[in-house]
Amino acid sequence: MSLTTSDVQKIARLARLAMNPTEIEAARTQLSGIFELIAEMQAVDTNGIAPMSHAQDLSQQLRPDVVTESNQREAFQAIAPQVENGLYLVPQVLE
Amino acid sequence: MKWEIVIGLEVHTQLSTNTKIFSGASTAFGSEPNTQADAVSIALPGVLPVLNKGAVERAIKFGLAVGAHIAPRSVFARKNYFYPDLPKGYQISQMELPVVGAGALTIQVEPLSGNAKPYEKTVRITRAHLEEDAGKSVHGATQGLTGIDLNRAGTPLLEIVSEPDMCSAAEAVAYAKALHTVVRWIGICDGNMQEGSFRCDVNVSVRKPGEPLGTRREIKNLNSFKFMQQAIDYEVQWQIDTLESGGKIQQATILFNPDTGETRAMRSKEDAHDYRYFPDPDLLPLDITPAMIETVRATLPELPTTKRARYTNEFGLSAYDANSLTSSREMAEFFDASVSIVGAAQAKLSANWLIGELSAQLNRDGLDIAQCPINAAQFGGMLARIADGTISNSGAKEVFRALWSEGGEADAIIEAKGLKQVSDSGAIEKIVDDVMAANAEKVAEYRSGKDKLFGFFVGAAMKASQGKANPAQLNEVLKQKLAG
Repeated sequence: MSLTTSDVQKIARLARLAMNPTEIEAARTQLSGIFELIAEMQAVDTNGIAPMSHAQDLSQQLRPDVVTESNQREAFQAIAPQVENGLYLVPQVLE
Repeated sequence: MKWEIVIGLEVHTQLSTNTKIFSGASTAFGSEPNTQADAVSIALPGVLPVLNKGAVERAIKFGLAVGAHIAPRSVFARKNYFYPDLPKGYQISQMELPVVGAGALTIQVEPLSGNAKPYEKTVRITRAHLEEDAGKSVHGATQGLTGIDLNRAGTPLLEIVSEPDMCSAAEAVAYAKALHTVVRWIGICDGNMQEGSFRCDVNVSVRKPGEPLGTRREIKNLNSFKFMQQAIDYEVQWQIDTLESGGKIQQATILFNPDTGETRAMRSKEDAHDYRYFPDPDLLPLDITPAMIETVRATLPELPTTKRARYTNEFGLSAYDANSLTSSREMAEFFDASVSIVGAAQAKLSANWLIGELSAQLNRDGLDIAQCPINAAQFGGMLARIADGTISNSGAKEVFRALWSEGGEADAIIEAKGLKQVSDSGAIEKIVDDVMAANAEKVAEYRSGKDKLFGFFVGAAMKASQGKANPAQLNEVLKQKLAG
């Protein structure tokens, strides 16, 4: 499977990446290569093999429902670009 | 030809855990902004999610309550989108393998108009999955900027998805109410709609009977049953008008404005539904063992449907009574406790007082049954005195008012206020004789056929007894004596 330029433009838009035509062409070649590898893997006969959702054959450990974290707002907000009244400030979001 | 309405619901219930779904930060409501936003909540690079056992147990509990299949293995996935209140750039949710599979909920529908009778319906539940909540945006604080509070980010949610089984606003509201009752009943969610603990998204479409499903529009974030009904009514009419005037429905996410009573499209971004889900490599599959399911099952209380059936079958209560009594677990437990005092034979008396006088007084004072100043033992004590004829209905109302405002015990109040009914036949006969002697003219009128005067004699005799005469007995004696 080979990606078109507009496929790459769409993926870039979804990932909020600004790319110029040269970068898009380079990404298109690289991503197409990855898709070729996937196509190769999909050609393997996996009949009778249970699908995996994780590379490690382990199951999730659970954490007791107990508060372990304390308020560290000051430390976290010291490295934030802009804060006010305890809020993180970001460019206005319009709905 | 008429239009058919098709409605499905997605309900986000906030689980009542102490901590977030993937970290040990508190979920307490109303704290100062970002004081409960730990490294995981703000998505500091390098942090890893660790799943909260309390959230998993609550999801299992819900699954058991709606008779659903609990997945022995479920998987967390990333749902990718950009928004400032979602600092990771993705929400951890479940896609292909949710923790709770197909189940069902039986609802009691009260039609909103006309003389249609209430009816029962079963709504299929497609699935329920665990996910994390996003943070909150605060608009307008500073010009050109939006404030972000991440206290809510990472709060555990159980998203409950129904099949499109509802065909009116009344059914959608009945389903939402039944679900609201169940999640509070089993104690997995506080159900506080103002604080956003129970949020409904409603998918609405219309079609001609027999035709394939129409294009749906999704009304987002309804946080009151009243708004839900208004929003559906408006939206259905809008879709019908649009189609009948030759228009087409575009799939869209819409918002309901309670001030105007209208719905409007929120976004129809072409990429809106391109979430690029994939299994989250930071989380291993969640294995739920039969032992874990059984441990949770042991904590499950008797469910509303089971209780309703018991109330109608064992106690002979009407469907309406059974429904009112199971509107909340606290209500049902209050009823059970009072019946255990007065006995099953007095279940109807108990139901009448609970649904009538007690509920009315709670409403007047703006209280919940959990905050009722009278406990079930006091209430049952009063009912027992009505049942054995010690006090009349009006005497009981006085006892009730005293219990409500001053507390204490029914027997002591009856004694102190002299509310004991006169059931002594000699005493009642004496009263009746006196009343008849004082109203000889009226007695003559009555005997000459003026039946309506009977009420006058009842009133006069009751007054003479200071309201204490046993009404049934008084009637009997009056009838005999007046007949001459």
